[in-house]
Amino acid sequence: MLRLELRGEMSRTMVYLSPIAAIILTFVSGIIMFTILGVDPLQAIITFFISPLNSADGFAELFVKATPLVLIAVGLSFGFRANIWNIGAEGQLAIGALAGGGIGLLFFDVDTPFLLPAMLVVGVLGGMFWAAIPALLKTKFGTNEILTSLMLTYVGLLVLSYLIHGPWKDPDGQNFPESRLFHDAAIIPIILDETRLHFGWIIALFGVAIAWVVMARHMIGFQVRVIGLAPRAARFAGFKEKNIIWLTLLISGGAAGLAGTIEVSGPVGQIIPVISPGYGFTAIIVAFLGRLHPVGCLFAGLLMALTYLGGDNAQIEMNLPNAVTGVFQGMLLFFLLASDVLVRYRLRILRPTKVTKGANL
Amino acid sequence: MSDQIPRLELAGISKSYPGVIANDNISLKIMPGEIHALLGENGAGKSTLVKCIYGVQTADTGILKWDGKELIIANPNSARSLGIGMVFQHFSLFNALSVEENIAIGISPELAGKNLNQQIRDVSQQYGLPLDPNRFVHTLSVGERQRIEVVRCLLQRPKLLIMDEPTSVLTPQEVTELFKTLRRLSEEDVSILYISHKLQEIKDLCHVATIMRLGKVVDSCIPLEESPLSMAEKMMGRNLISPEKPQKPTRGVSHLSVKNLSLHSVYEHGVSLKNIDLEVCKGEVIGIAGIAGNGQIELMEILTGEVQVEDPNSVLIGTMGVGCEGPEFRRNAGLGFLPEERLGHGAVPDMSLWENALLSGFQTMHLVSGGFINIKKSIKFAQSIVSKFSVKTPGIKNAANSLSGGNLQKFIFGREILQNPEVIIALQPTWGVDAGSAAFVRQALMDLAAKGAAVLIISQDLQELFEVSDRIAVIYEGKLSSSQSVEDISVEGIGLLMSGIGSERLVVDA
Repeated sequence: MLRLELRGEMSRTMVYLSPIAAIILTFVSGIIMFTILGVDPLQAIITFFISPLNSADGFAELFVKATPLVLIAVGLSFGFRANIWNIGAEGQLAIGALAGGGIGLLFFDVDTPFLLPAMLVVGVLGGMFWAAIPALLKTKFGTNEILTSLMLTYVGLLVLSYLIHGPWKDPDGQNFPESRLFHDAAIIPIILDETRLHFGWIIALFGVAIAWVVMARHMIGFQVRVIGLAPRAARFAGFKEKNIIWLTLLISGGAAGLAGTIEVSGPVGQIIPVISPGYGFTAIIVAFLGRLHPVGCLFAGLLMALTYLGGDNAQIEMNLPNAVTGVFQGMLLFFLLASDVLVRYRLRILRPTKVTKGANL
Repeated sequence: MSDQIPRLELAGISKSYPGVIANDNISLKIMPGEIHALLGENGAGKSTLVKCIYGVQTADTGILKWDGKELIIANPNSARSLGIGMVFQHFSLFNALSVEENIAIGISPELAGKNLNQQIRDVSQQYGLPLDPNRFVHTLSVGERQRIEVVRCLLQRPKLLIMDEPTSVLTPQEVTELFKTLRRLSEEDVSILYISHKLQEIKDLCHVATIMRLGKVVDSCIPLEESPLSMAEKMMGRNLISPEKPQKPTRGVSHLSVKNLSLHSVYEHGVSLKNIDLEVCKGEVIGIAGIAGNGQIELMEILTGEVQVEDPNSVLIGTMGVGCEGPEFRRNAGLGFLPEERLGHGAVPDMSLWENALLSGFQTMHLVSGGFINIKKSIKFAQSIVSKFSVKTPGIKNAANSLSGGNLQKFIFGREILQNPEVIIALQPTWGVDAGSAAFVRQALMDLAAKGAAVLIISQDLQELFEVSDRIAVIYEGKLSSSQSVEDISVEGIGLLMSGIGSERLVVDA
């Protein structure tokens, strides 16, 4: 018989082992799933996880996909550490892309090196603005930010849809719901020739480094961690919870807005109705898989990016449904949450000889 | 008695954890109807031993006999079905559930039937433990929460009742009532294993005492034949010095004052404060006595700044009105405070000791520059706390929840003291702390006052208050009496005020 026993202290080892266990379990379940689907599991796993990476171009694509995931996850992990649950990064990404991309469209015929930086800054502000709404509602009226941020996602996507189908539609676009193509000055430079790898990846790496320093060395990171671990101790120290609510929502919103702007001014090159294949939601998994640690988010972001690439690959080469990507992402989160139980609990095997006599009385 | 079969007999019980032998060859006998004291400092292995008895843990070696029959208790359920009840020092209650629901969870399904509500009322009345089954746990004080655990055990008609530090949150009158209950149970042939640091209580109540030190049984005695001091010396293995009141300078100027402050409690069943007037002078220790849940927590929060009021001048540090300022500001103004809950309020359980040193010391100790944490300096600060206050820990990188209650309190206490506070406020500073650490903390509080700080202690431990305070006031239902010099008041007078029987003033019975 197995029994869960509370550990005295959190197990540091399990904090790091748990994601690995989750990955292994996901693989095993994936093999079972492919077998049931009647697909050669080995072939499928290779197509899904290995063949996307057999060229320099493959790696470049991996980094392109990982850029928004890593950026958003790093931003979200600030809030998640403080128990502030921003679920609306997808909407903040859309509004950020609209704000940043809007600058690009406004100055569509201006050639200046300042255009791209301006777009990125305004994109961050756009994401922050969208995240400020849940922050305001939470600090003023005590609303639940999980609900408000999630619902605002749909509002944000509708705003995007309205602008693209209406005022921002390309006048020369034969009525397609797409914006004008950006001017070269509004496009993020490519850093590896012959690929789509762009400067956004460098920005994401910078984001990881900055977040790491802030989380480990700065009072902001300390306050965030204290509030998350022991809210009363934070009050005891005099940390103001409202400030942290604002701060973490603005950080995560800003990061999502930045990711959105990088998407439209990078791989896409214009504003289109669907900017992201759910990066804002997938980043939640990335954040948890990365243990809410910036460097962890980097590796987890790469893994999740691979599931996107693998899904595409499996669709093309093996005619597997695109839903396989979602299944893999879902399984990963599911197994991760299950393995995380072992951080605070240990499994004990009870030997059957030790049956208690007392229980039979 | 000797030919009787013991209710519980332990022989050669040993239990070790990685690196520690918590119990080393423990043997003891508890007879039916016996009140048996288990005495020992924190870390002596008492908790491990009772966990083995209650089936929370299994001993590595040794024999356990229940009514003469050898058996293994594998889990608390089988302990309960044998008739063992336990009241833990740290309660395991669900804050969001009512008293009745909490009790229903911990007992057998047959008992948790329809008339549970009435049963709770009956038992609580019968044993003098007032408790409303419909109230939610999060609205109850520590003292009231303990009653839930006691009532839960009594509902199951136990044959052996284990009580871990039961009186630390009760008033003298409540203790007297509890002792009546325990003696009645003893007469009904229920055995009681009573764990406490309060030696006077053990002398008053217990028939036999087993004394543990460092995992071993070092002695046993008949408490009636001992003095509290002699038992304490057996327990600690050294001669004890009772705290000395240092020579006092004459009463200084008022340094912490509250003026006519009323506040409606923010908690649903909290206590509203009514016209509080309080003055603590430099060099003086003021004690506030009161039963848990009479506004102590609310008063503490107003003094620390965790709850703020509109009028800045209703709370003064020196001459500075700080009523609308938060804890950060007040710390800078020289305030230090010790909350009641050490884990989760005074310290972050999962954070290391040096991070916990940073928690309240980051301003006054200048551990942060330009927003960045000076880790070296923080570690140094934590190390100086550990060495100056003899905190027993493998290292300052260990988490706060790896420390025993007494050691953590010493750490939190040291952290506040090393910041040289001019005012220090402590809520239940020695609750659940072993005798050695408690004496240390009390002495340090008095020394601090001797150096000119204003010290305020809010406690339910009257002996403690009389030992350290210069003046004592009583809080009852959110009202604070005026303070009186300890020479002019009696324990009985205070006790009456604490239960709301006395008049507004402290009655002096010469």
